[in-house]
Amino acid sequence: MSKVPVELKYTDTHEWTRIEGDGSVAVGITDHAQEALGDIVFLELPEIGRKLAAKESCAVVESVKAASDVYAPFAGEVIAVNQAVIDTPESVNADAYAAWLFKLRPTDTGMATLLDAVAYQSAIAEE
Amino acid sequence: MSDAASPSLHTPFHDAHLVAGARMVDFAGWHMPINYGSQINEHHAVRRDAGMFDVSHMLALDLEGFDSTVWLRALIANDVVRLARTGVPGKALYSCMLREDGGVIDDLIVYRFSDERYRIVVNAGTAAKDVAWMRRHIANHGFNVSLTERRDLAMIAVQGPKAREKIWRALPNLKAGSETLSPFSSAQIGDIFIGRTGYTGEDGFELTLPAGQAAALWQALLGAGVQPCGLGARDTLRLEAGMNLYGQDMDESVSPLDSGLAWTVDFSDPARAFSGRAALEANPATRKLLGVVLEKRGVLRANMPVFTATGAGETTSGSFSPTLEKSIAFARLPLHTNTGEEVEVEIRGKRLSAHTVKLPFVRHGKALA
Repeated sequence: MSKVPVELKYTDTHEWTRIEGDGSVAVGITDHAQEALGDIVFLELPEIGRKLAAKESCAVVESVKAASDVYAPFAGEVIAVNQAVIDTPESVNADAYAAWLFKLRPTDTGMATLLDAVAYQSAIAEE
Repeated sequence: MSDAASPSLHTPFHDAHLVAGARMVDFAGWHMPINYGSQINEHHAVRRDAGMFDVSHMLALDLEGFDSTVWLRALIANDVVRLARTGVPGKALYSCMLREDGGVIDDLIVYRFSDERYRIVVNAGTAAKDVAWMRRHIANHGFNVSLTERRDLAMIAVQGPKAREKIWRALPNLKAGSETLSPFSSAQIGDIFIGRTGYTGEDGFELTLPAGQAAALWQALLGAGVQPCGLGARDTLRLEAGMNLYGQDMDESVSPLDSGLAWTVDFSDPARAFSGRAALEANPATRKLLGVVLEKRGVLRANMPVFTATGAGETTSGSFSPTLEKSIAFARLPLHTNTGEEVEVEIRGKRLSAHTVKLPFVRHGKALA
């Protein structure tokens, strides 16, 4: 069973989000997503300053097996990217919730549409 | 891909995969392990120690009859007479089976026991069309042979520098009959058919045995410390080893001469009229298959455009190479592309630097690229 921490919010495209102290939101891929991808070997992350629309494809996670797009969970501006995960892509497999990919400053109220842990759990159960 | 009307088939090792915690996928209609946790660890186990792959989804066909040799010489592009010339029974040959227009129907391995008895092993995804093609070929020409599909057998490939030693530890009674086997030769030892062949670029054996004995064999190999490996590692290992995958690196739409397989097409006997020969002789190679290594980070995949000094081409297979820790691919490129040439590969709209290399990338655990 993949882990779905209750304190995070999720998308049906397998991103997790966490509100940071500074009002930004960290985004990563879920444990379920990393498990499905297998050994992750490469990440392509958005540029700092890029303004993203909700559900816009903005990053790529590549495992040995396949490339998978990461989508903006809501509209926002990229204010940080995680250089440490670029250097060690396997850290996403080791702990998907520690390995944030980028941080967004929300530019609208799209965060309200995110799934809670129970809703995401049932979404992956249906797959 | 499977659907509700055609549930995936199970090999004799299916339960063992589930017990070993495999992540299962549908592959050519079979429910197969893609990995047992980490594809990269499985890959390294084969390069450094020993790993085992369930290959029971592939189809073994037993050929018998007076015309067996004559028929195979007409059916496939490589010449089984090479096997007879060695004088040693059990020798194996890799070949393509071609359409009359030279397109590749499948690639296969043939083992020769005598001029009237052979075993052929074909790919899972193409097995039904291969058998149909073979039976039609036999009927059209009136060959005196019989072809038997051996779905009653299980097949497992045990590969790696320690593979043979670990097989003998698991099954000591196989040792005497198999330790003198040279690469690409085989022997029947009791119920087990053992061939020194594989698809990884490492030493090892492929074992074929009655399905009912599969579970016990798996347990014995596990007990000897052989790592279960899935289709994921099988793909990265064969890619590093420079071995083509049917359906990706060649298919019915391309000539073996454009797919790095000229070495498997034997034109030496002018009297041998194998299927596809006339088309290949009329149409020499127009492209070549080379290795490509990406300079920086990123992952090459199949069907990416490649730009060379003499024109464009395309990758046919690509992945991350766990041994080289870089991304590698095969690419079908203009005929005059050199090895060591700087090229560019287009990944998601961006052109990235790469260079061509001679295949394979890795052989017997050593990086060559």
